[in-house]
Amino acid sequence: MNGDTTKKSTPYTVPIGPVHPALKEPVMFNFLMEGEVVKSVDFAPGNVHRGIEWMGMRRNPVQIVHLTDRICGICGIVHSLSFARAVEQIAEIEVPPRADYIRTILHELERMQSHLLWAGVAAHELGFDSLLFLTWRVREQSMDLIENLTGNRVNYGIVQIGGVRRDISNDQILLIEQGLAYYRGLLDQMKTVFLDDSTIRMRCRGHGLLSYRDAQLLCAIGPTARASGLAMDVRHDYPYCAYGDLDVQPVLPPQEFGGPQGDVYDRIIVRLLEIAQSIDIIQQCLDSMPAGEVLWEKKLPKLLSILKKAHGEAIGRVEAPRGECMHYVRMDGNDAPATWKVKASTYSNLMSWIPMLKGEQLADVPIIVASIDPCMSCTDRVTIIRNGSADDLTKEDLTQLSREKTRRFSRC
Amino acid sequence: MVRLPMMTELLRQLFKKPATNAFPARYLPPSVTTFLHKVALGEAAINPPMPVPPKFRGKITYDRESCIGCQLCLKVCPAHAIEFLPTTKRVRIYVAQCIFCSQCNDICPKDCLHMTDEFLLATENRFADCQIVE
Repeated sequence: MNGDTTKKSTPYTVPIGPVHPALKEPVMFNFLMEGEVVKSVDFAPGNVHRGIEWMGMRRNPVQIVHLTDRICGICGIVHSLSFARAVEQIAEIEVPPRADYIRTILHELERMQSHLLWAGVAAHELGFDSLLFLTWRVREQSMDLIENLTGNRVNYGIVQIGGVRRDISNDQILLIEQGLAYYRGLLDQMKTVFLDDSTIRMRCRGHGLLSYRDAQLLCAIGPTARASGLAMDVRHDYPYCAYGDLDVQPVLPPQEFGGPQGDVYDRIIVRLLEIAQSIDIIQQCLDSMPAGEVLWEKKLPKLLSILKKAHGEAIGRVEAPRGECMHYVRMDGNDAPATWKVKASTYSNLMSWIPMLKGEQLADVPIIVASIDPCMSCTDRVTIIRNGSADDLTKEDLTQLSREKTRRFSRC
Repeated sequence: MVRLPMMTELLRQLFKKPATNAFPARYLPPSVTTFLHKVALGEAAINPPMPVPPKFRGKITYDRESCIGCQLCLKVCPAHAIEFLPTTKRVRIYVAQCIFCSQCNDICPKDCLHMTDEFLLATENRFADCQIVE
């Protein structure tokens, strides 16, 4: 028998996705494999486009702020805060200090639950399901706190243009302090369970490497960038809400773990240390919380008429658990904003998959893909559909489309 | 040296009660709908849900008598779940479309919209009587 006819040609392609058990959210991967090793990789997002921006163009900012809650199931506060901050800058609304502190507390509680959720998912991707259940049980405490403060587990609906919709009572402050004490007691155990474990160390140390230079070139953000040694954090570089008053430093992998190396293990370290940082920030907020109003304008009809008159454009920047989240809003004196553009944090981190996955084994793909904490449904803003099929537009296609349009215009 | 710090925690878990509240029944019934019918008839017992948080936003209630038909709630509803009926000058709320933000409660000048603690709202028909508040 001739060996050449049965032998598969190398490198061969392995498609994974758009819907695949190893991926938590839909994204299409194409791996060029040589044996078990990934030679090169390409991916195509855009499978969960929902048209939220389109809905926003037909609604006023007070309605949109609740729509932004639903961009992401985890980053509810992040998106609504980012949008609210953009609109507040346009309409020159000054948020009362107490509202800023409440926003900060909720923002950090959300970061804690998001990082714990991620840690559980990472454990699951490593095949360590008992750790997943342990982490998610621990996460419940922060979910219960958020539920108590906002009235809902997800889709909080607490941020309003010009403040927050609910004040934090003294009883609730006690509850928050109890929650913080619970997490303080658990932190050491969490660190031991995640970082001392031989299995996790073997699977994560030295895998999914993103060098300092690559992180810079690919504009990585958030914990992904910090694990590669980039000291960047919007809370520190461009303070918003109450962060200007607080002591916030970007969390980098410490020297005791060998400094920043940019692998999956470092991303676990950064996220675990950020939970500790969030506890510290919430404590600082509780200690120095000012009294006063929580809304700039209590009467909603008045707020609506002020927003209707607003002219201008602004960007709201917020450090989401996954990195910087940005909302661009332009208002031109109508009910609805003229433009509303959302840049979710995962969008900037997607490209770092390519250097991370190169040279890794197929079995390491799930944990490396999960290590940037991808949130595809936040990210997907554009889907191009022509003649009933969704495909990519190349530069030539765009030029061709542009020429056809000019011709159409010149004809009439 | 192989280190497995989870082992002690796992052994401890063996003697702990599960953290999950088994709702509505301890074991998944073959059909949840049939089970809930039986609960309504008093033939089966439901495992109670966790208590709702304070100021929880559940199904909306509407005080038709004190409403003045100002239509302000329509302006702030993100989901377009409120419909104005011009003949009676009152509103109709579609619970299936409501996203429970309670913004209409905030803007109502007559305080005739409120959120209740009711959260078991799923049905097969989105226009069923229980899904429309008017």
